[in-house]
Amino acid sequence: MKQQAAVLGVGQTRHRSKRTDVSMAGLCREAADRAVADAGLTLADIDAVVVGKAPDLFEGVMMPELYLADALGAVGKPLLRVHTAGSVGGATGNVAASLVQAGVHRRVLALAWEKQSESNAMWALSINPPFSMPVGAGAGGYFAPHIRAYIRRSGAPSHIGALVAVKDRRNGALNPFAHLQQGDITLEKVQASPMLWDPVRYDETCPSSDGACAVVIGDAPAAAEAPGPVAWIRATSMRSEPTMFAGKDHVNPAAGRDCVAALWRQAGITDPINEIDVAEIYVPFSWYEPMWLENLGFAAPGEGWRLTEAGETAIGGRIPVNPSGGVLSSNPIGASGLLRFAESALQVMGKGGEHQVPGARVALGHAYGGGSQFFSMWVVASTPS
Amino acid sequence: MTQPATAPLRAPLDIEFDYTRSLGPVLSQFMAALAQRRILGARGADGRVHAPPFEYDPVTAEPPGDLLPVGPEGTVVSWSWMPEPLAGQPLAVPFAWALIRLDGADTALLHAVDAGSAAAMRTGLRVRPRWSAARTGSIRDIACFEPSGGPAVPDDPGTAEAADGMTVTPVRLHYMHTASPGEGFYLRGLAERRLLGQRCGVCGQVYVPPRGTCPADGVPTHEEVELSPSGTVTTFCIVNVGYPGQRVTPPYVAAAILLDGADIAFGHLVLGCDPSEVRMGMRVRAVWGDEGVSHFEPNGEADAPYESYERFM
Amino acid sequence: MSEVAVVGFAQSPVAVRDDATTSGVEMLVPTIAEAFGACGITKSDIGFWCSGSSDYLAGRAFSFVSAVDAIGAVPPTMESHVEMDGAWALYEAWVKVLTGDADIALAYGFGKSSGAELRRVLALQLDPYLVAPLWPDSVSVAALQARLGLEAGRWTEKDMAEVAARSRAAAAGNPAAQVSGSVTAAELLDRPYVAEPLRAHDCAPVGDGAAVVIIASAARARELCERPAWITGFAHRIDSGSLGARDLLSVPSAAGASSAASADVGSVDVAELHAPFTHQEILLREAMGLGGDVAISPSGGALCGNPMFAAGLARIGLAARAVMSGRAGRALGHATSGPALQQNLVCVLSGASS
Repeated sequence: MKQQAAVLGVGQTRHRSKRTDVSMAGLCREAADRAVADAGLTLADIDAVVVGKAPDLFEGVMMPELYLADALGAVGKPLLRVHTAGSVGGATGNVAASLVQAGVHRRVLALAWEKQSESNAMWALSINPPFSMPVGAGAGGYFAPHIRAYIRRSGAPSHIGALVAVKDRRNGALNPFAHLQQGDITLEKVQASPMLWDPVRYDETCPSSDGACAVVIGDAPAAAEAPGPVAWIRATSMRSEPTMFAGKDHVNPAAGRDCVAALWRQAGITDPINEIDVAEIYVPFSWYEPMWLENLGFAAPGEGWRLTEAGETAIGGRIPVNPSGGVLSSNPIGASGLLRFAESALQVMGKGGEHQVPGARVALGHAYGGGSQFFSMWVVASTPS
Repeated sequence: MTQPATAPLRAPLDIEFDYTRSLGPVLSQFMAALAQRRILGARGADGRVHAPPFEYDPVTAEPPGDLLPVGPEGTVVSWSWMPEPLAGQPLAVPFAWALIRLDGADTALLHAVDAGSAAAMRTGLRVRPRWSAARTGSIRDIACFEPSGGPAVPDDPGTAEAADGMTVTPVRLHYMHTASPGEGFYLRGLAERRLLGQRCGVCGQVYVPPRGTCPADGVPTHEEVELSPSGTVTTFCIVNVGYPGQRVTPPYVAAAILLDGADIAFGHLVLGCDPSEVRMGMRVRAVWGDEGVSHFEPNGEADAPYESYERFM
Repeated sequence: MSEVAVVGFAQSPVAVRDDATTSGVEMLVPTIAEAFGACGITKSDIGFWCSGSSDYLAGRAFSFVSAVDAIGAVPPTMESHVEMDGAWALYEAWVKVLTGDADIALAYGFGKSSGAELRRVLALQLDPYLVAPLWPDSVSVAALQARLGLEAGRWTEKDMAEVAARSRAAAAGNPAAQVSGSVTAAELLDRPYVAEPLRAHDCAPVGDGAAVVIIASAARARELCERPAWITGFAHRIDSGSLGARDLLSVPSAAGASSAASADVGSVDVAELHAPFTHQEILLREAMGLGGDVAISPSGGALCGNPMFAAGLARIGLAARAVMSGRAGRALGHATSGPALQQNLVCVLSGASS
């Protein structure tokens, strides 16, 4: 029997390319302190901690949560470490939610982080084991061919990606925590930026950030004691498939479609674009906005770009996407997924500040990782059901 | 056909990086003091003095107040003997690892003791730090500890250049990487200038390079299939950006190539023409080099129709 | 709380496997097939998969991703991964079954511990500012803990050797064991130190392996297994990451996990303990209050086979097997993680559903 669960509090760091003013523990603690304070709690009130982070090679620490136990107030408590590639932040939120839904704990801290400035993610991701083919193309080089395939399949005009970049960067300028603050960015500037992985331009790629995000998830009695509005978790969903297999659709992956189908079913949603008020979607390269709009069923296959082109994904549109500025504005890799989940919660709590979508009551948080193969999502709402 | 039993292919894999660590307020003070040959501790909520200091109290999770001087001498609380030091450890000669309670502290610091022999080590031994000559604000500014009773250390102040709030930690690890049986089979084919794949006995799909296991069905694959060196570019990108470890100078084309007879595309380079000439559906053939297929190049055939590769993108 | 039971377990033989890759696929495929066979199910019956492994064991980022090939995740599966021993993957799977989102779940753990010098790799688990830059290896760190106990009169080197001798004798009946055989404590004590006060027999050998455990809700468990091993308690705790500030002779996280898992943990028939060092078995028995009438690690324990990231899960699988076979009424499986027993997990299993 599943218990109700809600987000009681949200915290995040000011994401920057290098947070040289803090240690790894200090970075995590900044987000954790803000989340528990937002929930009207202290770390001592937390029953269990779930930590999410992308590869340990990024920071050069094996299972850093072992060392972080003291900083997270986890000594004497249960502590889990999740790692599901880029989707890990989302998975962290979902695992924390399941601990409450299962009735195992009453208040759980989910925290996800990355301190990319400790090393160089491009280095860590480009380690070529012996015997592998000499085809390295870098991080964007993995996704750019799939973007080209999307453009071919959908017939989307070539400026759609740039439109997404402009929208997300301007949204990011409304979010004081966002890494990139580019309120004056224009379509012309994006289109004039260097072509890194043709068809992907520099301004259409995510930055590399240091940052952390934390949410406190509690059961119904804990939600009743919360000092402010909470975000009720209506549904959670995760799906995985192999990186490569015969018949894999890299543009519109089956794992994403199955994941969201289960999500909508659980949340009782039959008409996503009309029932979801705002979506925080993991878009590390601008073109993934129209691709995921289709994968998530907000648009028919081949039609997602029309929503973007018509401005329907901006704040005030039919389906505002990434009012926080999204991954294109801040990308502490391990935390990026939980940031999507946390920002969706902030929206239905009415705490989005300048990037609040007016009247948002039901929101989607979405993360993906690996070779478009790990998906993690939740639906949060201002009321339990 | 089954694969012949052959020794697995193995090769070294070295993981080496100098991590740049920002220390934050507490550890910055501690490290800066080390560079000045002083050791600081922190008082916990339970009254214990921690040396080294904590960033967050293990009991209350709160940060410490002002740091206080401890040591520099201390007492061995426990020790173990390292007869053959490993790479990166403080001493290259046999030494003791020890938990050392510095004078004025209640907790212990883990470090090396240069005692000469295990017989010279004992719990309760008084030790003092031996400072590194060139100190940078790192736990390694203490080269090691040594028995306090020994001959006095010459007073060499050395140099202290603590990088402001930062420390660099090299991580050097050496692995022996093993190729999977599928990879080994493929690589041995390449040595004979053959492109070998495998067909899954369950789904019937042909994988190249073969995995040894069908990723869709999770079963071992055994049936060998030799593929044509010709194929079709299903999609691609033009790489204009450089990054660490890159093997080809940009710009170049990284493409998904569907070999004739295969059911999955794989990534490879398309060279032999200007990157701007590469297109989806372009027909290409493998070009052999010293280590298998060096790249693909246009084979001059008419482009494949979109429908023929649409579902392999 | 709903009832969940272990219904299946398999593990690969533990050995230094020159033929195995760090992705674990070669070790996992036959192990998963064996577990399926025992339960009479296929991959389509699994509602949730969860794995445990480590990138640093493999020497590359995202190493667990290729293990997904071993499970045949087409069509897509509900799946997750922890950067921890597979025992914690089982914990996540147990929680998932409790929520009702899955009826049958499979947890797996795998590790090629021999890919690099394990004791050196594990130095990277220590505090990254204050300790890891010195590269204290895991054997030396355990040796510091062992000496504390020796000098406090908590155990003797002979006690430690007796743990090793008993484990090796017990492992003779375990086909997965890496080390086994008849040897006396006196013979072991004649051998040299590797990290005084530890001798080779005090330390788990370096070995590669995989383990798989299948669990099911009450509704499905009896269909899949004649005598399911019901999970009556499942808990884990972590201690401070500061080695020098911890009391290394008490293991509060093990005591806390075991008392949270069962009010009466001392009355189990069998306890499979994940003690990679002989003195740690003694510490764990004391921390959990396991008396002389509890059969400790009848498999030979981690001292006879310790495939990193699979060994803890295997302990739970072995404890479950003791219950499923009728050899035990109640059994305990334990897993540890981190330097000097920093993090501990306890799963209590029973032939009788509560």
